[in-house]
This record gives sequence, C-alpha cells and structure tokens, in this order.
Amino acid sequence: MTRIFVPRDAAALALGAEGVAAAIAAEAARLGEPTEVVRTGSRGMTWLEPLVEVETEAGRIGYGPVRAADVAGLFAAGFLQGAEHTLRIGPPEQHPWLAGQTRLTFARCGIIDPLSVADYRAHGGFKGLERALDLGGLAIIDALKASGLRGRGGAGFPTGIKWSTVRMAEADRKYIVCNADEGDSGTFADRMLMEGDPFALIEGMAIAGVAVGASKGFIYVRSEYPHAFRTLGQAVEAATDAGYLGPGIGGSDVAFTIEVRLGAGAYICGEETSLLESLEGKRGTVRAKPPLPAVQGLFGRPTVVNNVLSLAAVPHLLANGEAEYAALGIDRSRGTLPVQLAGNVARGGLIEVPFGLTLRTLVEDYGGGTRTGRPVRAVQVGGPLGAYFPAHMLDIPLDYEAFTAARGLVGHGGVVVFDDTVDMAQQARFAFEFCAAESCGKCTPCRIGAVRGMEVVDRILSGIERDKNFAVLDDLLAVMTDASLCAMGGLTPLPVMSALQHFPEDFDAGRNREAAA
Amino acid sequence: MRTNGRTEPDRAGSADETSAPSFDAAAAQAIIAAHLGMEGPLLPLLHALQDAFRCIPGPAIPMVADALNLSRAEVHGVVSFYHDFRRVPAARHVLKLCRAEACQSVGASPLSAAFLRRLGLAWGERTEDDALSVEPVFCLGLCACGPAALYDGEPVGRLTASVLDELAERARRA
Ligand SMILES: Cc1cc2nc3c(=O)[nH]c(=O)nc-3n(C[C@H](O)[C@H](O)[C@H](O)COP(=O)(O)O)c2cc1C
Ligand code: SF4
Ligand code: FES
Repeated sequence: MTRIFVPRDAAALALGAEGVAAAIAAEAARLGEPTEVVRTGSRGMTWLEPLVEVETEAGRIGYGPVRAADVAGLFAAGFLQGAEHTLRIGPPEQHPWLAGQTRLTFARCGIIDPLSVADYRAHGGFKGLERALDLGGLAIIDALKASGLRGRGGAGFPTGIKWSTVRMAEADRKYIVCNADEGDSGTFADRMLMEGDPFALIEGMAIAGVAVGASKGFIYVRSEYPHAFRTLGQAVEAATDAGYLGPGIGGSDVAFTIEVRLGAGAYICGEETSLLESLEGKRGTVRAKPPLPAVQGLFGRPTVVNNVLSLAAVPHLLANGEAEYAALGIDRSRGTLPVQLAGNVARGGLIEVPFGLTLRTLVEDYGGGTRTGRPVRAVQVGGPLGAYFPAHMLDIPLDYEAFTAARGLVGHGGVVVFDDTVDMAQQARFAFEFCAAESCGKCTPCRIGAVRGMEVVDRILSGIERDKNFAVLDDLLAVMTDASLCAMGGLTPLPVMSALQHFPEDFDAGRNREAAA
Repeated sequence: MRTNGRTEPDRAGSADETSAPSFDAAAAQAIIAAHLGMEGPLLPLLHALQDAFRCIPGPAIPMVADALNLSRAEVHGVVSFYHDFRRVPAARHVLKLCRAEACQSVGASPLSAAFLRRLGLAWGERTEDDALSVEPVFCLGLCACGPAALYDGEPVGRLTASVLDELAERARRA
C-alpha cells in the first residue's frame, strides 16, 4: 500500500487538486496498484500546486505542479517508487525554498492529515496543552511573556500582557475569541493553517482558556473561506470526540468548548471590537476603546481576542520552550513570522522565517522576481492599509519597529509584488475606494473622507486645479490620520501617502492621459 | 457608506423572475427555532435563512425580530450592513471575482471589466436567464495564484478570459 498525499488546501483546489486526486485514484485502480490517497494541507509552495507527494522508502518525494493529464505519465514513469520525472522536485523539505525556512507554526502544515487527531499527536500535537495543564494560568502567562510573542493580527500587541489582563479581570464568565477574519489582500496564512493544521489553533485556544479561566471559545471565520470553515467544524468535532474539547480537556477537570462562526462579508469585522459586535448579532460597527475587550469584550465579559497565528504559535512555544522561541528574531520582534508572498511573483506562497529577513530576500530570492518577468516596481506590505515601497527600498528588515520607521507596517505579513506596469495613482485611488466600501460608517473622517479622497485623486489625474487639489488631499489625509476612531480610516492614508511620496510621477496628469490613450 | 463600491443587488431584477425557492413560513419558523439556543444567534440564523431561500426573504424579517426580541429596524440594519446578505435571490450560480490588490497586480481589473462587458452586466447583476450572478469580493486568500474567484463556493485560480467564459457557459447549462 503506497500512500500518496494530495493537498485539499483552497489554493491547491483552485489550481486543480480535486481533479488530480480523482485521476490518481482512477489510474491506481486501473493498474491494480494498492494505494491510499491522503488529503493534506499545503506546504505553502503555491507555485508548485497541486504538489503531490509519494511515500517511498527514501521518504516523501514531491511532484508538482501536477495536472490531471500528467497522472498517467507519472504512474508510467514509476512515481510510486519516487522515480525521475520532469515534475519531480525530490524530498520537499530539502527544496531550497523550504529548507531555508524555520517552520514552527507551520511545522505540520502540508504533512499531516488535518483531521486526524492521531496524526497530530504523532507530530508533537497536544504537548503544549499538557504542559499548560501542568503549569497553570500564571506560569503559562509568564512563559508567554518570556517568549516575546506579539499579536500576528496586525497591531503587534504582546500576547502575554493581553492574557494577563483577562486573567486578572473578575467576571462570571470569560471568552476566547479567535480572529479568523483575515481580510487583508495578500494574506492567506490563517486560511492555510485552518485548512492544514486546525488542531494547532484549537490547542492554542484551549491553552488560552486554561491560562485566563475561560471555558468558551469562538472562532470567527470570514465567509470568503468556506473550506476553512468546514474543516474547522470537522476538527472541533474530532477534538471533542478525542476529549481535547469538552467538560474535561486532555483528562483534566478544566472545561473548554469551541463554536465556529461565519462572518458575512465585511472587512471591518476583522477589527476586534467590530468582530465582537458581529458575534453578538449586531452591525459590525467599531466600539470606542476603552473599555478594552480584555476587560469588557464579548457580551460585556473579559475576552481574549487573538489572531489565528498568535494562538497557533502558543502550543509550539510551550511544548518546545519559550526560550527557543525568544532566541529567534531581532530587537523587539521575536520568534518567526509567517510571510505570505503574493501578487505578481514567480514563486509565491508561505514563508515562515525569523524576523529580520529583508523584503529583498523575500521578493528576489524566494519569489524569484515577478511572474510576468518584468522588473519589480512596487511592493505593498501589510494589506490594504499598508504602504507601497519602491524597488530601491527593499532592504527594510522584517521587524515591527523598522517598518513603522519606514512609514509602513508589517501587519499580518502579506507582501504583494507589482511589476512596472502598475499605475500607483490608481492604487492610491483604490485605497480610498476600498475604505469607502468597507468603512463601518461610525465616524466622518473615514466615511466621508474616503469618498472625497477618490474624487480628489480623480481631479488631480484629470488635471483640474492640481495644486489646489494636492493641498486638499494633504488636508484630507491629515484629518483621516488624526481623527478616525480606528485604523481603517486612520491608516488608509498610509498606502496613499506612500504612493505620493515614492511614485510622484504617476500623479502627473500627462502620464495618465498617455497611459489611458 | 457600506453600499458604496459594491453594487446593491436589489436592482438586478425582482424576486419573482427567479427560480429561487419560494418563501415558506413554516420552514422559516423551523430555521429560526433551531437557532434560539445559541449565544448571539442572529448571524448564523441569517446565514441559514439565506442558504434555504437564496436571500433573506422580506416576510422573514418580522419573524426573526419577534423571535429574538428585536425591532424590525434592528434586524433590517444588520441585514443591510453585511455584503453577504441579499434581499433578492441571486441567480442559480454565483461567481465572486476578487478585486483586491494582489489580484490587481496580475491583471484582475481589466480581466473582470472585459468579462462583465461580454455578459452585458455591471458588478452585482445577474444574467437575464437567471444563470449567473457576478459579484465583487475583496480577497479570497488565493493571492499567490490570482486572479482568483469562487464559483458556487469552489475556488478557481489563475483566471483567464477563456476560463471565465467556460464558467459562464457552465452556469448556462445547469
Ligand atoms: C480595519 C481593521 C481590520 C483588521 N482585520 C484583522 C483581521 O482580519 N485579522 C486579525 O487577526 N486582526 C485584524 N485586525 C486587528 C484586530 O483589531 C486585533 O488587533 C487583533 O485581532 C488582535 O489579535 P492579535 O493580538 O493576536 O494580533 C484589524 C484591525 C483593523 C483596524
Ligand atoms: S475609522 Fe472608519 S471603520 Fe473605523 S470606526 Fe471610524 S468609520 Fe468605522
Ligand atoms: S487579493 Fe485576490 S485572492 Fe487575495
């Protein structure tokens, strides 16, 4: 019986993995070859998807990108024995793209069957929860603080401090809420983890429950992720059956349960207070802070709100020691960051590396330049509220503070590459358009400012009173930055200002008339 | 405002032109009853209603309001806040095309514009034969293999004009 691994990650499915899995099963049946097709998450080498792996005596051997039409040829070439073929990439973990990474959070993703508790345990799963149950709340939080883990959702807030606030708060009940709204363009690490290793998230949430004294968790998944939503539902069921969720988790007397909830298509519901409103069944309008969700969160109770990756990092760092985690990274950015390399790039995918790598290493060495083969012109980091950097500024290291200093943000770690055909004035206009479409509507600078911003950019590009309109734009950006209630309105100026600062020539009316002609 | 930038589906034809399941008060009541035990039941409830009726039927709104002890205006406010909830049914098939930055970087904007032009549609509208609704979406998490889409919930990557035309044809046939 030969085991063949085919991803069921949404990106692999988008590139034809379902047809490949079916073709493999059919060809194996036709040849009478005893095989078992195991569906996994993705290794994150998106450009090689669907990446099929075969278990051989020499370990797992990868072939990719495989199309259904390649399958008969692969069998004929002897891929069940790991034989040579133009699509053969060898042992995936020895592929330079993976070999250079430090896979901690994504150690199991693409390797195990995401819904098998046995597989998860065999790869070190639930060791973090075991240690957490031994340590108890206070010591878990001390370990977390020592690890230096900061929230991966965007703001980079120290996770240990957040948990400690919730732990200290007195209340009849507390909640753990996982923010799986992942709305930033160019990001997909949360999705990959939920589809490829959902027990890591479940384990992280259970540990959070033990640490702060909460017995109920919610995972709020965006509706654009139907596969992740289904996988999580099945994983919660499997973890419950195995006793890792329920009245006495992992054989202890601590209760913890999880409910998976679906968003409804609203970017702003990634903002934590808007997310809580949404979970409560309301419009997703942002709440003023204070009170912090850690003090008064879901249904007014103390609530931990953490990103998927923040929670999923916890099991590993508890199981393997917080010191190992803290030893990675630079300055105040410790541990690893799962970077998502996307857009117009030859080799896009998930790159988990310690903080400190430069953008250039990511885009040029990992990414191999653009997919179109044209020169890189701009790189947007941190989603729709992140800055655009020109090609000559790619030596910025991945580090929260370094990005702030460069007037940008790391955010959720999305890196989107553009070639030299990009029109940066249109990108700036889009930043306003997106803000106008997704604003929660609570405050004027954001709600009205975004619409005005689009109009002003249009006027500038049409050559109407350019000097006056540039001045209006500057004022508008200042008001949005200073007077918005949350980062939606407050940071929309970031991509716009970076476009103005680094690509002023694109706002020249003449150039755009030419381009349009 | 929340409706800017994404087209209101309401103007794409009235409910009776479609083949959507007709409103069934008993079925709606059963769906509502099944959600009453949850903490914060409104969003899951609205999703379940939309799964059953391809939209949030008007007559369901007062029923939901009564059951959850909310005003009709509150329920309406929630339905209108979220892009997912429709007040009139979508076509038999729904194609969500990504409009966000990573897909823009690989040509999504001209690709979508030309496709909509071939179908004679604007964003959010559906074809006359009720086969296909084309809706904008901001990121599907398929940003390393864009331009990306979801066709009836199934992901499609590295879209080209011919892949889009095939999807439209598939929608027409079934
Ligand atoms: C407009 C906006 C959108 C956001 N979207 C997300 C998101 O999709 N996922 C996320 O984890 N955090 C998002 N955040 C950040 C959250 O508000 C919050 O900081 C985070 O969930 C906290 O978790 P962490 O400490 O683990 O990062 C967003 C913030 C803003 C202002
Ligand atoms: S800045 Fe925008 S999204 Fe944030 S609270 Fe104000 S209106 Fe809402
Ligand atoms: S930007 Fe299109 S899928 Fe993410």
